[in-house]
Amino acid sequence: MTHNNYIYIAIMALVSYCIRVLPLTLIRRPIKNRFIQSFLYYVPYVTLAVMTFPAIVHATQSPAAGAAALVIGIAAAWWGASLFQVAVACCAVVLIIELFI
Amino acid sequence: METSEKLLDPELVQRGRPVCGFSRKVFCEGMRDGVPIALGYFAVSFSLGIAARKAGFTPLQGFLASLLNNASAGEYAAFALIMTNASYLEVAVITLIANARYLLMSCALAQRFAPDTPIWHRFVIGYDVTDELFGITIARPGNLDPYYTYGAILLAAPAWASGTALGIIAGNLLPLRAVSALSVALYGMFLAIIIPPARKSRIVAALVAVSFALSFACNYLPGIASLSDGTRTILLTVLISGAAAVLFPVKDQEAEKDDA
Repeated sequence: MTHNNYIYIAIMALVSYCIRVLPLTLIRRPIKNRFIQSFLYYVPYVTLAVMTFPAIVHATQSPAAGAAALVIGIAAAWWGASLFQVAVACCAVVLIIELFI
Repeated sequence: METSEKLLDPELVQRGRPVCGFSRKVFCEGMRDGVPIALGYFAVSFSLGIAARKAGFTPLQGFLASLLNNASAGEYAAFALIMTNASYLEVAVITLIANARYLLMSCALAQRFAPDTPIWHRFVIGYDVTDELFGITIARPGNLDPYYTYGAILLAAPAWASGTALGIIAGNLLPLRAVSALSVALYGMFLAIIIPPARKSRIVAALVAVSFALSFACNYLPGIASLSDGTRTILLTVLISGAAAVLFPVKDQEAEKDDA
């Protein structure tokens, strides 16, 4: 079965909007359940970490460049670089390493 | 008290409460703080566009997807699934999981609205709750002024959407080497979100390390390795976060304080 990209977009948009707007409108009181609160607190770090590695290594032409981008990205973010700086640093590392490989 | 308020002209009431009234100054402050965010979004969404192109999206579709979603990880995970011709349900579930953090941010923002802010502001703010916009909104002292956030959204949302569209177009035009370099911008953004809290909390740092390790292992484990990236992300997120929530429950204040 083939799928329609516009339906994909509509579903993504609907889910994204509901996640954001429901707590702002319907569920206005803070979440009291400790498990749910903790679960939601940890989810972003785990999702983003799972999505980053090892995917970053496969995203580049040479895995070594992707691995270097991971290390430099972690170091830059650790030392307080902004979103833009971290993103640019990662790209620059890949560009430079792949010039020599 | 109630009657006297009803007697007052709504506009007069508004004037006495600058929080929900339009202020050009506040709006411009929002735009000023939105500039670096928009810049970052433009760079990162470029690599999102590269992923969207692989999923078979046209520049217009990529533009729409980003304009309506404003989600880095959510969109990226969805594109990765769509690449494999996934079902609509799978795409809905991965969007839910990858964007679950926005639920928590919206909960925190909900507490910061002045009680008399008209409800439509909540519907508009809900359009663009992202890590960065949430960050600058919640960092302002006092009640939330929606016009501040609107100023930032006005720059950030178009940058995000047009960057995605350009990424799709450029993916065809740029040399392979440049595409390869740009593909990691999105991961750089993820690192910029997860590493600073990991530095502050040993538990978060350990979770990031465990997530890296298990995600790596799942590439090779028989059975699990055959699942799509998106499904693996869902499973790992639910399992690891669930285990962490049982082992290290956060204190009531901690979640909101750290997020802010």
